[in-house]
Amino acid sequence: MKLEYLVAIVVILFAAQFFYGVAAHPDSEFGGADGAAEDVITEINPDYEPWFAGIGFEPPGGETESLLFALQAAFGAIVIGYTIGYYKGKGDSN
Amino acid sequence: MHVFEGFLPSPWWQLWFVFSIPVILYGMYKLNKLVSERREVVPLLAVAGAFIFVLSSLKLPSVTGSSSHPTGTGMAAILFGPAITAVLGVIVLLYQALFLAHGGITTLGANTASMAIIGPLVAYLFYRAAAKSGMNFYLNVFLATAIADWVTYVVTSAQLALAFPSAEGGILGSFTAFATVFATTQVPLAIMEGALTALIMKYVVQIKSDVLVDLDVLTTSAVTKLKEAME
Repeated sequence: MKLEYLVAIVVILFAAQFFYGVAAHPDSEFGGADGAAEDVITEINPDYEPWFAGIGFEPPGGETESLLFALQAAFGAIVIGYTIGYYKGKGDSN
Repeated sequence: MHVFEGFLPSPWWQLWFVFSIPVILYGMYKLNKLVSERREVVPLLAVAGAFIFVLSSLKLPSVTGSSSHPTGTGMAAILFGPAITAVLGVIVLLYQALFLAHGGITTLGANTASMAIIGPLVAYLFYRAAAKSGMNFYLNVFLATAIADWVTYVVTSAQLALAFPSAEGGILGSFTAFATVFATTQVPLAIMEGALTALIMKYVVQIKSDVLVDLDVLTTSAVTKLKEAME
């Protein structure tokens, strides 16, 4: 069980750095780092315009976007859980 | 957090495609070979791909006041090598570019290079070298995946710096600016990803260690030692 304890400590430390971040940046909404990078680009080259708008589907808002991200995570989690359960069941029956 | 659609000017977006496409083609060849020759590894391949799916959908807040997501590619790289990982990574990048307006089609080459090729390659090389030197397996997995995650964003910073050198500082100046955003934000996330991957690998050792030996990730004696430690 030792590794589980270590991982639990990492999770607690992660939560701690988040709360520290909230305290250190009270006005931040914790937007994406890619948005922050976009600001850097605008600073370096104020005239730069993205030359391609994209051909994919663009979620109309935050709600749909979070739905699609949640689906992505759920799909992955099902596969991981199924396979580990499958291996475990096979191991137990041997 | 990938390079946005349309945010790499010519010739950079083309160059990153030239870099990435041969690796993806080689990866598809390797993947085909692996799947047809070793059917028993397919479930583990699915786990590694699914792990990338899950981790890259989790936008985690960082101490810097921004959010970013881990990559999840380190585990696949340790298990299957960087070429096959590149193919798994591209699938996720395509999904996010086409359905989430996250990343982009024109920047797919660059994002593939950072997240699906260079990051995993670093994880793979680190893991192999450290395993040879006798490092503890879980510590090795932790370090290899955390470093791969972090390197991905260092590469992204370099890609943007090459395309957008600043007027005063040049490429190095803008690299510092982009790395301040990406690489610092990523540090806590990379540590988190490393810990999580080490834990999953522990369960793989527990329930399916023969595949790890088969894939040349661990030797039989290393597996025996790890299993003894679990009891």
